[in-house]
Amino acid sequence: MWKKRILAIIILLLGVGIAFFVFKSEPKLNKNFENQSSFFKHSPFRLGLDLSGGSHLVYKADVSGIQSGQVSDSMSALRDVIERRVNLFGVSEPVVQVQEGGFTSGGDEKLIVDLPGITDVEKATAMIGQTPLLEFKIEAPADAPRQVKVDKDGTATLDAGPQFVSTELSGRYLKKATLEFDQNTREPKVGLQFDETGTKLFAQITKDNVGKIIAIYLDGAPISAPVVREEITGGTAEISGSFTPTEAKQLVGRLNSGALPVPITLLSRQTIGASLGDNAVAAGVKATILGFLFIALFLILWYRLPGFIAVISLCIYISIILTLFKLLPVTLTAAGIAGFIISIGIAVDANVLIFERVKEELRSSRTIADSVSVGFSRAWFSIRDSNISSIITATILFWFGTSLIKGFALTLGMGVLVSMLSAITITRIFLSGISFLGEGKVARFLFSSGISK
Amino acid sequence: MFIINNKKIFIWISIVLVVLSLSLVFIFPPKIGIDFKGGALTEVLYKSVRPTQADLEIAFKSSTLGSILLQPTGDLGYIIKSRDLNEAEHNLLLKTLSLNDKNFLDEKSFNSIGPSVGRELTKKAIIAIILVSLGIICFIAFAFRKVSKPVSSWKYGFMAVVSLLHDVTIPIGLFAILSHYFGAEIDTLFVVAILTILGLSVSDTIVIFDRIRENLRNQVAIAKVNFNEIVGKSLEQSYVRSICTSLTVILVLLSLFFFGPESTKYFALMLTVGMFFGTYSSIFLASPLLVWINELQQKNKK
Repeated sequence: MWKKRILAIIILLLGVGIAFFVFKSEPKLNKNFENQSSFFKHSPFRLGLDLSGGSHLVYKADVSGIQSGQVSDSMSALRDVIERRVNLFGVSEPVVQVQEGGFTSGGDEKLIVDLPGITDVEKATAMIGQTPLLEFKIEAPADAPRQVKVDKDGTATLDAGPQFVSTELSGRYLKKATLEFDQNTREPKVGLQFDETGTKLFAQITKDNVGKIIAIYLDGAPISAPVVREEITGGTAEISGSFTPTEAKQLVGRLNSGALPVPITLLSRQTIGASLGDNAVAAGVKATILGFLFIALFLILWYRLPGFIAVISLCIYISIILTLFKLLPVTLTAAGIAGFIISIGIAVDANVLIFERVKEELRSSRTIADSVSVGFSRAWFSIRDSNISSIITATILFWFGTSLIKGFALTLGMGVLVSMLSAITITRIFLSGISFLGEGKVARFLFSSGISK
Repeated sequence: MFIINNKKIFIWISIVLVVLSLSLVFIFPPKIGIDFKGGALTEVLYKSVRPTQADLEIAFKSSTLGSILLQPTGDLGYIIKSRDLNEAEHNLLLKTLSLNDKNFLDEKSFNSIGPSVGRELTKKAIIAIILVSLGIICFIAFAFRKVSKPVSSWKYGFMAVVSLLHDVTIPIGLFAILSHYFGAEIDTLFVVAILTILGLSVSDTIVIFDRIRENLRNQVAIAKVNFNEIVGKSLEQSYVRSICTSLTVILVLLSLFFFGPESTKYFALMLTVGMFFGTYSSIFLASPLLVWINELQQKNKK
């Protein structure tokens, strides 16, 4: 008997511990949040775009020019490129994902980009679509025609500086770019490493142009014009313009992200203002708390002592689910919160089925302890059967849904699974833990339910 | 036993409800949202004064944005429905709404969906509906594989499916009213609501059928089984728990409807109605139908 009571106390303490974690890791609940250890700090709820505000972009990738076997490779390359660009944009926790063009998605390969907190879509789409153009130009022969610039007032000026002509070498042959710092001046510079073809081209160009200038152009504008001292065969070069460290870092990022492997077009766009999201969160929290209170009230009034125990196990269930939301993490949307709220209602179902059964067994004049154990084992089949259908629905919705539906399916499905476990095991342990109440009239009253008797 | 003895009345009530819902859908066909047909939805909030709808309509007439539907929201806001817009057209829309920057406004949300995305979503929704229905029918068939006397197990399954159809038709009828009078549109959440009702309401029917199954098994020894009595007894034993389990879900759904986020209001309302009729049908429709079909069977034998 003592074993069961100790077990009940351990479960209760574990539940309090989990609830404590949820409380501690939530900045709005914990006044002392700033001083917490990083474990608590790094587990906030992850809010979807409709709650946090931000932009949701869907691109269509044109893979018609790609061999069918290489589509998924180029799509993941595309995702990497876009992800790097988005990260460069300074977005916190962007989500870039490929949606395969199976028969469910109309045959198009798609790229979905979620940018939390970014509502200036124009800027974002420009950034995503931008490809850095890196060119290496050499001095034109002295007899080449010179460019003449004519001003508005009619005076013509001859461009006296050296003329440059394009070479074959471009950002296409770049293997990678790195951020470096000059050892003497501590100025940031960008190191370039060419691939095999690029190395050969660069060696040829430097060999032919010793003593002359090679100009490096970025997006059509010269950014650096070093003089070649000797042939460079190692395939490395560096750009040492007058960068700020941030500029140099951005350039490295843009060069590394390279050109898009496949052309993309914007299909759909969604922007949600932050205020709308905040209101939705507040409403969701309010609905959850009130819904919980209604259920708690109903359980205690109708099922008395077992109802009270069900409320405790419901609290533990809610703590477990919220912790899972934080740790997995699950991205919460308005639909996801709805799924969670419904799962609270369903979580109690198992307890209701058990208590009704226990009540029935009590009527057939069993002892309380017997009724509890028989009630649990007999109710199990209806609990299992009645939850399977919800799990089927949630699973299919999860596989076929858009991100919005996925959020709902995930919270509902998780809720049903976890609640089956918590409602049955936790309530059972608690109910056996309080068997010391005996079989007296008071105990029987506490264990019966409903309005009658 | 009251329900079983008066089964014809209850079956008729359900038939009337279903016919009423279906005719509502035909009289007020629900509008289809931009999720499925493509288009753009913009919500703006003016800083101090809201221009009149007529002024804005005149302003939009001269623009190239096509037909625009303005819908006032709150004291200072509008919801604007249009065809799907690219970035330049989106800016033009905002400029027109501000009547060339004379009225300051905040854009609260903007959603533009291309027609191809809409078609894709429609396809996905249809596949999801088919799969969920198949999954649930398979589950029902599995759940009732063992009981075959005196009513064969596929009939339990069939009755469960009939009551499911009843449970989704009524919320759809309600949605037709919401669509007609409050501008609700069929979107992805609508489809999710329908599928969730399928999942939730079948579980109620299962709880009661489960009890019938258990009582039948216990009475196998008795030679003459009175099926009507067993169903009646099973109903009496299980209707309280059936109502209680639904009540807990309805309580949270109502709190979601009254206090929850704006975007899930209709969703919560549809689920509430679906849940309510799901419980109603498992007590007042599925079991009476089961008895009724058994009686037909007996008559045919004679």
